Amino acid sequence: MRKGLKTINKYFSIFSKGVIKENPVFFTLLGMCPTLALTSSAENSVGLGIATMFVLTCSNIVISLLKNLIPSQVRLPCYIVIISGFVTFVGLMLKAFLPDLYDQLGIFLSLIAVNCVILSRAEVFASKNGVLASAFDGLGMGLGFTLALFIMGTIREILGTGTWFNIALPELSEPMTIFIYPAGGFFTLGFVIAAVNKFMKRRPHNISCDNCPHKGMCRRGEEE
Amino acid sequence: MNKLIIEPSPHIRSKNTTDKIMMRVLIALAPALAMSVYIFGIRALYLSIVCMGSCIIFESLFRRFVRKDFSIDPSPAVTGLLLAFCLPVTLPYYIAIIGCFVAIVVVKQLFGGLGQNFANPAVVARIVLMLSFTSQMTYWVSPFWYRDDVDTITSATPLAVEAGEQLPGLWDLLMGFHSGSFGETSIIALLIGFVFLLMTRVIRVVTPVAFVGTVALGAFIAGENVGLHVLSGGLILGAVYMATDYSTTPVSMSGKFVFGVGCGIITLAIRFFSDMPEGVSYAILIMNILTYYIDKITFPRPFGMVREPSVFFRKKKEEETKDV
Repeated sequence: MRKGLKTINKYFSIFSKGVIKENPVFFTLLGMCPTLALTSSAENSVGLGIATMFVLTCSNIVISLLKNLIPSQVRLPCYIVIISGFVTFVGLMLKAFLPDLYDQLGIFLSLIAVNCVILSRAEVFASKNGVLASAFDGLGMGLGFTLALFIMGTIREILGTGTWFNIALPELSEPMTIFIYPAGGFFTLGFVIAAVNKFMKRRPHNISCDNCPHKGMCRRGEEE
Repeated sequence: MNKLIIEPSPHIRSKNTTDKIMMRVLIALAPALAMSVYIFGIRALYLSIVCMGSCIIFESLFRRFVRKDFSIDPSPAVTGLLLAFCLPVTLPYYIAIIGCFVAIVVVKQLFGGLGQNFANPAVVARIVLMLSFTSQMTYWVSPFWYRDDVDTITSATPLAVEAGEQLPGLWDLLMGFHSGSFGETSIIALLIGFVFLLMTRVIRVVTPVAFVGTVALGAFIAGENVGLHVLSGGLILGAVYMATDYSTTPVSMSGKFVFGVGCGIITLAIRFFSDMPEGVSYAILIMNILTYYIDKITFPRPFGMVREPSVFFRKKKEEETKDV
């Protein structure tokens, strides 16, 4: 009984660490390309997030099944082949059932194949752990990725176009168009990461003043 | 009593403090503000006060938020006034306040506050507002639009006038009797401030002259109206007050010259080849980003230091010695 509880706890912690503690976008800064390029609307970001989550979970499962068969010298090409197989599958499914979303995502759908979140999870986790753990890891990381994209997309769509999931919101002021431009993506990402760090009480690493060009000019440099 | 004081360098201290310099910039901007109130009405003054006030408030709030020491100094007021000068006079106040937030919090304080920002806060705030609220930011009113006897309310800026339409004359351009952002039109008032800043040694003459000279020369070579290109748009305002900012421009004289010429070339390129009528703000922003590299290249040689021969010459010398 206790052993069963322990196992559930273990899998839950694997699942939850991807969502919050090691969120791929906010803490490890992986998958920046879709995060900045595709989050101009909440609908797009959730669509891409779910597609990535599906591919991540499936590829994690398959890679952890095959981890003893793949020779370590050629493991990256093997991972890419597995991942791109699932990406093709997702692409065809979207094209058949959600053609609008497929058109909106465009090239970024096929670019899931080289998304570093998926490759890093294959390399770091799935190639060293069991099938069930890898599946939970993929689900957790994918959910964290989707959540991050959803937050970015929500902020940018509300501020940039004054709508949310294409529903017009009561107009408080003129929408700030810069938020749907790439520059607004960078601004939003920076502020969201700052807020998350503040909320999680993460402190920046203590950087030494040795290499700073302003050493001796600022107060902290003089103290050191 | 021991009268010998031993202390580490610097031994010569200037009496110029940051506060004094910023006050001088504010004084230098006063004639332009007066002219803009005369041309565009009392709303120009209100907009300036709103910008200056909200910049100071944002600065104090942010310093308190990150628990840094805060003392009221005129530098956020200078930023606010400069930002206000590049806004159209009809802009709603809340948009101006958003611009002040971008200038003070995003551009200045997030990078470490006064002296640490990599780009001019007013320039970036103007660009952000321009991209965000394009229609409000390009709503240009005619001069003296607040009087009853004026027929037309809106009119194009001189740089955006279509071919065949009436261009303002040289006198109007100098005095600022044409449409545009309210602080940038009156060239005479801006130049009075420029002379004041030069006399009080707040800025050096190099950057503005290089900037304006490059634009004039380029317009002359391209066969365009030189007076129009120099006297209209934000060129004088940008060259005198924004391209001479201490923390975002090169330190050495040759660096300042390179900075000015670069600004001029980018301004001309945007005016001639892009679909935007004006490019001073983008030019200053791009050169702000390049300032670090300009400083590296134009680092002055300390007195008495022999420069190392370049790779090319060193090789030649070795070959010569071999022959001997």
